Amino acid sequence: MTERATMIRLRINGVEDEVGASTLAELLKHQGIDLQARFLAVAINGAVIRRADWLAHPLSPGDEVEIVRPLQGG
Amino acid sequence: MTDPLTIAGTTLASRLFVGTAGYPNQQMLLDCLETSGTELVTVSIRRISLEGYAESLVDLLEGRYRLLPNTAGCVTARDAILTAELAREALQTDWVKLELIGDRETLYPDVEQLVHAADQLVRSGFTVLPYCNEDPVACQKLADVGCAAVMPLGSLIGSGGGIANPAAIELVCSRSPVPVVLDAGIGTASDAALAMELGCDAVLVNTAIAKSHDPQRMAAAMRAGVEAGRLARLAGRIPKRRFAEPSSPQLGLVST
Repeated sequence: MTERATMIRLRINGVEDEVGASTLAELLKHQGIDLQARFLAVAINGAVIRRADWLAHPLSPGDEVEIVRPLQGG
Repeated sequence: MTDPLTIAGTTLASRLFVGTAGYPNQQMLLDCLETSGTELVTVSIRRISLEGYAESLVDLLEGRYRLLPNTAGCVTARDAILTAELAREALQTDWVKLELIGDRETLYPDVEQLVHAADQLVRSGFTVLPYCNEDPVACQKLADVGCAAVMPLGSLIGSGGGIANPAAIELVCSRSPVPVVLDAGIGTASDAALAMELGCDAVLVNTAIAKSHDPQRMAAAMRAGVEAGRLARLAGRIPKRRFAEPSSPQLGLVST
């Protein structure tokens, strides 16, 4: 029997959203991001969360999440 | 390798660094980087598009070029530091081009915040290359807090204005205890050559290549310009004189 995660309100890349995710890894999967994808970085409330911690890192209501990657730049 | 450049213990054979923004298409970017002979390219760090995660530019560059992430667009030390930390995590490099903008119209750096952020980042183990103004005092402060190089602007970012204040750049170069990379405002090959003749150790070019009429040809021109300027610098130019000095011998002139 699977238990549905509670919906929590987060700010993801500047946009408010309600997601049913309790960990960072669940959130990334929910956003369609391959957890094995390289060249990605995530910060929650201004602190970088290392890839090794994605699976276990819990989310709290009101968390501000930044998901970034490298792009063209001078 | 003759005349290599060393920054933070890393040796580079090319003194031309190239930015990756604004090219007509991705293939042109790759061709330009190849033609330029560069070994170091800059990238930005931005939020992913949440419509889906596509293959990145970095997949094509990684392993072929040293990647230097920038903190372009940041206006606070806090944002620049977070961006640098995210860049380190995403790219697994300690190197960062630190940009802290004080004025959105001119994109001039906020020197006070820049020095503060550079200090913090150096303490956190980053190799910091700060985009800065052409002020020898600011450059000295950045070197004092441990920056690996200084990157004074030639003129406004993207303006193609060349080197607006050659005397200031020359002064920065003559006093800097760390390598000097002329960054911003280069418009054409002669600007890059001049930067090297003034004593710069390298130049960083983006818009001048990307938005020229023939970017690949301009990449070749920049490569030649940097090499020419560097050779001229090492060769030691003649001084400028106020009066003429004939080059042909003065004796034996016909009809004297």
